[in-house]
Amino acid sequence: MKHVLSVYVENQPGVLVRVASMFSRREFNIDSLSVGVTQSPEFSRITVVVHGDGNLIDQMIKQLEKMPIVRAVQRLDSATAVTRGMTMVKVSADDNNRLDVLKMAELFRAHVVDVQPTTLIFEITGDDEKVTAFTRLLAPYGILEVIRTGLIALERGENTINDYHQEREYYGKNLL
Amino acid sequence: MKMNGAQALLESLKSEGVDLVFGYPGGVVLKLYDEIYKMKFPNILTGHEQGAVHAADGYARATGKIGVVIATSGPGAANLITGIATANMDSVPLVCITGQVASHAIGKDSFQEVDVCGITAPITKHNYLVKDVAELPRVVKEAFYIARTGRPAPVCIDIAANVFNTEIDYEYPAEINLRGYTDKNIGDENSIDAVIQAVENSARPMIFIGGGVVISETANVLREILNKLDCPCTTTLMGLGCIEPERNGYLGFAGMHGSYGANMAIQNCDLLICIGMRFSDRVTGRVADFAPNAKIVHFEIDAAEVNKNVQVDYKVLGDLKWSLPIFRDKLNASKINFAEKFDAWKNQAVEVGNEHPFSYKTNGDVIKPGALITKISDLCDENTIAVTDVGQHQMWAAQFFKAKAPRQFLTSGGLGTMGFGLPAAMGAKLACPNKKVVLFTGDGSIMMNIQELATIADHDIDVKIVIVHNFILGMVGQWQRLFYSHHYSASELNLKRDFIKIAEAMGVRGYRLTKAEELETKLPEILNSSGAAVIDVYVPQDENVIPMVPGGKRLDQMVLS
Repeated sequence: MKHVLSVYVENQPGVLVRVASMFSRREFNIDSLSVGVTQSPEFSRITVVVHGDGNLIDQMIKQLEKMPIVRAVQRLDSATAVTRGMTMVKVSADDNNRLDVLKMAELFRAHVVDVQPTTLIFEITGDDEKVTAFTRLLAPYGILEVIRTGLIALERGENTINDYHQEREYYGKNLL
Repeated sequence: MKMNGAQALLESLKSEGVDLVFGYPGGVVLKLYDEIYKMKFPNILTGHEQGAVHAADGYARATGKIGVVIATSGPGAANLITGIATANMDSVPLVCITGQVASHAIGKDSFQEVDVCGITAPITKHNYLVKDVAELPRVVKEAFYIARTGRPAPVCIDIAANVFNTEIDYEYPAEINLRGYTDKNIGDENSIDAVIQAVENSARPMIFIGGGVVISETANVLREILNKLDCPCTTTLMGLGCIEPERNGYLGFAGMHGSYGANMAIQNCDLLICIGMRFSDRVTGRVADFAPNAKIVHFEIDAAEVNKNVQVDYKVLGDLKWSLPIFRDKLNASKINFAEKFDAWKNQAVEVGNEHPFSYKTNGDVIKPGALITKISDLCDENTIAVTDVGQHQMWAAQFFKAKAPRQFLTSGGLGTMGFGLPAAMGAKLACPNKKVVLFTGDGSIMMNIQELATIADHDIDVKIVIVHNFILGMVGQWQRLFYSHHYSASELNLKRDFIKIAEAMGVRGYRLTKAEELETKLPEILNSSGAAVIDVYVPQDENVIPMVPGGKRLDQMVLS
């Protein structure tokens, strides 16, 4: 089963390597990973999509929480969080079929970001199924390149990742 | 106060109470060593950086204080790796200071440059690269704090060469501000109540002690708990010494080469109370069949260890310093007479153990390893620190040496590092000059850091080095004998090496024992003499360490002969 972990880390050199290498040496498989700045320059946020059973995910969270550079870890699921990732697709399209391709893209709310005499580039956001369906339908026209970002996710409502940190400290559960 | 980075580092070490470092100079740390010279800061120069880091490790294991090691950049730092990994696996607090090439040269493949933070990230609790001298005091403060608190472990500080030369207005920070880290390791008291209830409902409980009890200095509380419960008890290899060897109900240590009694009791008990241990594969046997009849309780400071290898029924998260006294008090408040209730079960477990105690067969004139270690154990006083290398002799030492208290059996348990013993024994003796230190090593292991004999001679470090000399890499040979059709591939050691000559060439006395009677006639005098000595003891080549739980088998499927 897939899970999304949001990891709030100190914005220091080498942080991404530390987190990623922990996953690799413990044989935790990463489906996607994205990292970016937050509202505070002192912190970055890493969003990791992983799969595994509940115990494995628990173990991942505990191993993350052990790292001094990790301030908080939040587990997000599709019911309580919004997740987004972006995909760009470069597809062959010339004067003969460009309109067909564009119509298809409209159905999926994909945006055209580049038009050339023989190619189009679309950007599309959304979940896995939507993107997969879109690329499947474009395939007959000739897909030249596909590139995807890792997912990012935020919990719905007033809660923020900071609440997880404070709770952790309150119970003294941040053991290492 | 104005000073340069090198002075600031040494002042910071002094503020942390460091009275001795183990180190090896080199290009980028010349400035630091110049200040060490001027300040007369005590530094033990070893023969190899690996010797320095194991010595710092031995120093830390013997005392609970932080071991400090200094190495130069590149090869110096790289030579520390095995030692850092060894300490990390056994939760030993170290601060490893490495020089790095100057800030402007980092990343250019400069002479003697290696990415220390990159290499050490998986084997340290945390590490730092210091390029700005202004950060140095804070980083040192944090490094010692992180290494010492929670579950201890090594921390590396990689310092660019220019930092040592740069002036700073030095002030050691009074406070720590680490947002992702806390040393508050107080758990939930209700979790202990649940354990009390489980103990009250149990008919066959057993206590299983790990190295966490050594680290948290809670052996006395543990012994009070054992007095109250009076149930069967055992330790891991790392927990040796926490339980008095003579305690009625103590079954010896458990695991792959642990005692028959302990392993059988683990499989038969109905409640296994595991305290400060991490369920290593050497201790569980086939993990799916570990303690199949028992509810498992886990007292543990590191949340990530809970349910990592073995699923537990009750967890008590938190420092044992916090949890064990509460556990003791709640047990004492219970109305049940535990000692009476568990008496029959305890006697039964002890009787089972007595069917196959640790033993050896004497054979005329030949010195049996078990006889050797038993004799040394008898000759040593109650404060003696035993240190081991890795292999058959390590297991025999664990079986036959009676460690009386925590921090008196120092061994590389997790990583199993051959070459650990000699430098670690050296560090332990420097840390505890008033205690006798005996090293048990093998003719394989001793060769891995034998250069430290020279260090021991140079500094008059009184370590008795017992080489259990069987002319083979014993544990490898045992597996080859049992599982690889006696193919002694790359494991037999030749007869030409002469450890007495090596010892004497390095400046250490050497003795050789080859006959059983010499354990009576020669050994006591050598052990009681003052000054380091190598005692080269010839033992049979084909002796197996038994019992043995072969890989992938259950704990009760021991090979017994």
